[in-house]
Amino acid sequence: MRDVAIVGIGATQFGELWNNSFRSLGIEAGSRAIEDANLSGDEIDALYIGNMSAGRFISQQHIDALIADYSGMATNHIPATRVEAGGASGGVAFREAVIAVASGLHDTVMVGGAEKMTDLDDASINSVMDATADAEWEAGMGLTLTSLYAIIARRMMFEGTVTREGIASVAVNSHFHGALNPGAQFRKAIPIETVLKSGPVAEPLGVFDCAPITDGAAAVILCPLEDAKKYTDKYVKVSATSQASDTLALFQRPDITTFEATRVAAKKAYEMAGITPKDINVAEIHDDYTVSGIMALQDLGFYKKGEAGNAFLNGETHFDAGKVAINTSGGLKARGYPVGASGVAQIVEITEQLRGTAEKRQVKNAKYGLAQSVGGTGSAVTVSILEAI
Amino acid sequence: MASVAKEWREIPGRYNLEGTKCDCCGKVYFPERNFCPKCRRDSIGKMKTVKLCREGEVFSYSIIHDAPAANNSQKPYAVAFVKTKDDVLIAGQLVDVDLEKIEIGMPVRAVLRKLDADGAAGVIHYGFKFVPNV
Repeated sequence: MRDVAIVGIGATQFGELWNNSFRSLGIEAGSRAIEDANLSGDEIDALYIGNMSAGRFISQQHIDALIADYSGMATNHIPATRVEAGGASGGVAFREAVIAVASGLHDTVMVGGAEKMTDLDDASINSVMDATADAEWEAGMGLTLTSLYAIIARRMMFEGTVTREGIASVAVNSHFHGALNPGAQFRKAIPIETVLKSGPVAEPLGVFDCAPITDGAAAVILCPLEDAKKYTDKYVKVSATSQASDTLALFQRPDITTFEATRVAAKKAYEMAGITPKDINVAEIHDDYTVSGIMALQDLGFYKKGEAGNAFLNGETHFDAGKVAINTSGGLKARGYPVGASGVAQIVEITEQLRGTAEKRQVKNAKYGLAQSVGGTGSAVTVSILEAI
Repeated sequence: MASVAKEWREIPGRYNLEGTKCDCCGKVYFPERNFCPKCRRDSIGKMKTVKLCREGEVFSYSIIHDAPAANNSQKPYAVAFVKTKDDVLIAGQLVDVDLEKIEIGMPVRAVLRKLDADGAAGVIHYGFKFVPNV
């Protein structure tokens, strides 16, 4: 297997983008990545796209063909593949693309992630999200995706491994960083009271415990590490990318307060990269709900069980705290959560950090960065580790 | 709108809480499975249909305020993970209960209720919900 590098990145603004269609968002992110990598576009020999549900959000299936066509690559007849894994769609698309380059089958590959959510009404959007849980035995019985995370949160609080304030502080951390990211949907820091007093969605979780509905797209360009210098001197190395699965339904797990798929994927990723959690300087984690952030810090090995809440509360997760900086982009909560784009957008942020181009939210001397992308309630998880060169 | 076939296919699980027991290791699964993820090929042909115990206790719960369209008229409503007396975790709604008084460990039992309907003239979906077991 060959070492792989990221030579170009691009992302659109994240938000409720009424003037942009799915195709315009996808093309904007892709064009920026091609420009960033100093490519003409003809070098690209395969395309992977993370997208969760264009079929239900914009009634368009076959978006692999759509993106290949409107990016001008269909005339080169390169293979285009759409990847779906619920919230982990972008993370899995990235991994598939890395495998394609590492294997030698493809040389220069674009990975995109895109989601256009706001063309649908809010209630329908929620039902699309609920369908990433078990549609027959969870959603079909009246549970929502938010309620499943609320059930996790309630159980963790009952077992005494986190407080309500610890959970809420995950959103405070994301908004703290979102305020420093011009590309974020919410660029405003918030006090913890805002989260605690926000209207209930599924108790104990409120509106500010949930990532928003977002339109957006992101893209990265991959090539063999040995070829990276041909294109740019600001590339980063993909040190590891791993993926793990678990039961579709949360209720079938022996322990609902940990995502075993995160633990397994993280362990493999650290082994592949030859490092330990202590070596990570910056991480983008899948905070689709605040409580997911608590689980992520523990399951990724950054903190022991019971300690993640205090880490967020004390601001140890800030970009300038000198520990592992968490969600410097604003995370899913403040940067926004265009579902299939998020896993790729995380790679964009980690690349910015390792290149030293993250401006006001730059983590000093970042050497290793990690991205964790989660589908459903931990039924699919990817963990990727990037390294500064 | 779901087909009628989908409705009757789900009757054994949704009405009668039928799951499967692996005769090799004794583990009970809900919903039904064709083989046991632990015993794998040893379990093929040895998975027996069993009815779960309808009594159990609340393992964790949530009160839903932002509901899907089908359940809009019910909100706020409670949902729970329930650990049955035969030690199987299942998910469903918790009804006929004071929302303020729900707590982890509370005894409940499964009853047959209307889940939702495909509009005024469509299929009505029935299934289990939990009520306090007093």
